[in-house]
Amino acid sequence: MIEFGILLSSAFLLLAVTFWKRKSPARLREIPALTNLYRAIGLSVEDGTRLHILLGYGGLLNARAGSALAGLAALRHIAERTSVSDQPPVASAGDPSLGLLAQDTLQAGYQAAGVGELYVPTSGRVTGFGPFGFAAGAMPIIQNENVSANLMLGHFGPEAALITDISDRENVLVIGASDDLAGQAVLFASTQDVLIGEELFATSAYIGAGTTHAASLTVQDILRWLVILALLGGAAAKFVGVI
Amino acid sequence: MRVITAIIAIAVGIIILAGYFSPAFVDLQTLLLNWALILVGMAALVGVFNLIMVHADKISRREKGSIYSAFLIIFLVATLLFGMILGPGHSAMRLVLDGIIVPVEAALMGVLTVSLLYAAIRLLRRRADVMSIVFLVTAALIIFGSATLPFGDVPFIGTLIRPWITQVLALGGARGILIGVALGSLTTGLRVLFGADRPYGGQ
Repeated sequence: MIEFGILLSSAFLLLAVTFWKRKSPARLREIPALTNLYRAIGLSVEDGTRLHILLGYGGLLNARAGSALAGLAALRHIAERTSVSDQPPVASAGDPSLGLLAQDTLQAGYQAAGVGELYVPTSGRVTGFGPFGFAAGAMPIIQNENVSANLMLGHFGPEAALITDISDRENVLVIGASDDLAGQAVLFASTQDVLIGEELFATSAYIGAGTTHAASLTVQDILRWLVILALLGGAAAKFVGVI
Repeated sequence: MRVITAIIAIAVGIIILAGYFSPAFVDLQTLLLNWALILVGMAALVGVFNLIMVHADKISRREKGSIYSAFLIIFLVATLLFGMILGPGHSAMRLVLDGIIVPVEAALMGVLTVSLLYAAIRLLRRRADVMSIVFLVTAALIIFGSATLPFGDVPFIGTLIRPWITQVLALGGARGILIGVALGSLTTGLRVLFGADRPYGGQ
């Protein structure tokens, strides 16, 4: 019943904060990696290069679905903003269902920008199954397709180092975020711009996805403070012998 | 059409969620999850088809590296055909798995080790700040503390510092990050349930 209570109160908070945010514009703290991401999106359109969005190999029927959905939400808005570029963005996935959704999301982005006829189905790709298959399939895209920035948003493990290594050699900017602890450590060591922990889920809000996305960040902050208070309260209660 | 897909997606999401809290929805939840598994199986076939389409397109355009695309298609089709004729348990198919796929993955793992070492060496050149120094010093302490040496554990580092870092600092930090990820997943899921995010298409 506690889980149901958390879910219901989170849903209520999200609705309330969304309506509240509609009246006042969102103010977001600065995250350098997301500032660079915003810049990379603009630059790719200006200099006619391609953005490569890697969605990882997290499926939709397991615990990694959250990061996959966050990556898709960002992809939707990146596609809308870069669809008129000479070199449209490419999305790669290591899970077939995620690959299908990437295609659908890209198409939706093109349609929202009013250039649905420019959408190419092969811009959403399944590069391989599993961690190494996905990495091995994504590496030639970075080498051969005039990519200026790799945006890694999803589930990545240590094999992310193979992707960042080839990006380094090709002088391609990498902005990385993963929900996996080993993946985050590797991205921290091997990229200039890394998003740690829940910053992955903030990406879409920072690229202007809308009020609901900004509201969900506020809800995350409120819930985080509640968790902190619960932990401190639990420790205090244990200390005085109540529990 | 987009409204209908959104209604179906939201309704299915709510029913599956309700199955975790009320026994009345468990049968329906199981049925829907079984349908989802069948769809994921079909998606794998579509994924393979997508892979073939992308590489066939590269070959037809004579793009750089298209020879590798040709190899990929030839071996993918050959493996599929032999797998269908002989069955996945046949010794020839086991040979393909044990003689090609496993060694290739092991080789990539070896390359990964070198890549990680190289990344660690270049870390301070890329980002010279306090966190990078803390990261490298921690990594070095853990490696020295875990290394198997002829005289056993490195005194103090292996017996005191490494267990303290892994069981107190790292564990606490990891839990903090995972709680943050869980909260992010929760709000992302709620956005999908409300129809604010529609990864299944629609504007």
